[in-house]
Amino acid sequence: MAHDGDDHDHAHDHQHGSELSEMQIRVRALESILTEKGYVEPAALDAIIEAYETKIGPHNGARVVAKAWTDPTFKKALLEDATKAVSTLGHVSRVGDHLVAVENTPQRHNMVVCTLCSCYPWEMLGLPPVWYKAAPYRSRAVKDPRGVLADFGISVPKETEIRVWDSTAETRFLVLPMRPAGTEGWSEEQLATLVTRDSMIGTGFAKTPGAPS
Amino acid sequence: MNGVHDMGGMDGFGKVEVEPNEPLFHAAWEARTMALVRAMGAAGAFNIDTSRFYREALPPHVYLSSSYYKKWLLGLEDLLLDKGYVGREEIDAGQAMMPAKPLKRGKFTRDQVERIMTRGQFGRPAPAPAKFKAGDRVRAKNIHPATHTRLPRYVRGHIGVVERDHGCHVFPDSAAIEAGENPQWLYTVVFDGRELWGEDADPTVKVSVDAFEPYLEPA
Repeated sequence: MAHDGDDHDHAHDHQHGSELSEMQIRVRALESILTEKGYVEPAALDAIIEAYETKIGPHNGARVVAKAWTDPTFKKALLEDATKAVSTLGHVSRVGDHLVAVENTPQRHNMVVCTLCSCYPWEMLGLPPVWYKAAPYRSRAVKDPRGVLADFGISVPKETEIRVWDSTAETRFLVLPMRPAGTEGWSEEQLATLVTRDSMIGTGFAKTPGAPS
Repeated sequence: MNGVHDMGGMDGFGKVEVEPNEPLFHAAWEARTMALVRAMGAAGAFNIDTSRFYREALPPHVYLSSSYYKKWLLGLEDLLLDKGYVGREEIDAGQAMMPAKPLKRGKFTRDQVERIMTRGQFGRPAPAPAKFKAGDRVRAKNIHPATHTRLPRYVRGHIGVVERDHGCHVFPDSAAIEAGENPQWLYTVVFDGRELWGEDADPTVKVSVDAFEPYLEPA
């Protein structure tokens, strides 16, 4: 973020690189202390980072959504108990407890926020984007959700209910977006390519076949 | 605590700015900070509620002007100092100078990474029957704890309807101050937008929070 300078170091605030290197030094120092004291080993930190870089991301959620679009039994189970339903899928077994899937329909559009911090279904979507964790989204999503959707360049019909889920506990919410038209007969794998991260937060729709992304 | 972290309904922060092709991390230190917080939490230095409380307790101007992972780093430093895992002189010197304080679950090593990639479990056996059920009208209490709470200000005093019952969970208000897990029933409570934001608000909007039983009273 641009306004990330230390208060005592105004001269450097305007030089993003200096500020970054200052943080780099500070974090490296803390890591050294914690390693020297025997609390952590750097290889464990590497492995945590690697997992988020390579294994855990929106593709996990997209597979779940695509399956729900093609398998009515799975969809029903997902909406009843998402934790249980997802745990039956071998490729995304890391979900843990308290996942709730909510379905977008022509009558209701669901959106997820965490006004208090940054709660987000990491296991389904990976690490949240900066906007999800920043003040504009957190402050406005519950008061002016249609205005927020406009910031994302989308709108939902004015008679559609907008339901905002504020993630204030350890429950985590996954939006099941509406399946795009023109995808009859598509396989799960093909459908998964249409499921965007934002469509699973409720700040976007699934992609329409052939439309520019 | 009534801090600046409790942002629901505040005005003036501007439009949501989406960064195209946003990278997972904007600098290497962000990734290291994320991993350090996860590792020290997993080793038992603190629970997730305590780590949230420390970020909320940052001075308001620091909270508002720091990037996300900078808040994580500042909260982590404060927490490790307060709990005696590191000393101020060590932070200043950038090296270990004092004996380590034993961690509840010991050193966090490579072979434990797989374990923490599955989310923690927060459900607990119920110590008492649930006071509310789906369909009940409830009022979010007008409470203002000075320590950590997960009842946002914008719902306090307002009437909603219980929609879902999630069973009993660790109570963050207790866990954050290391007063035990004190499990409480957890409900999704849904409010009409106009109940929260007044008669001029969009009548098609509904907002829910997940509220622990001590936050609620019958209405």
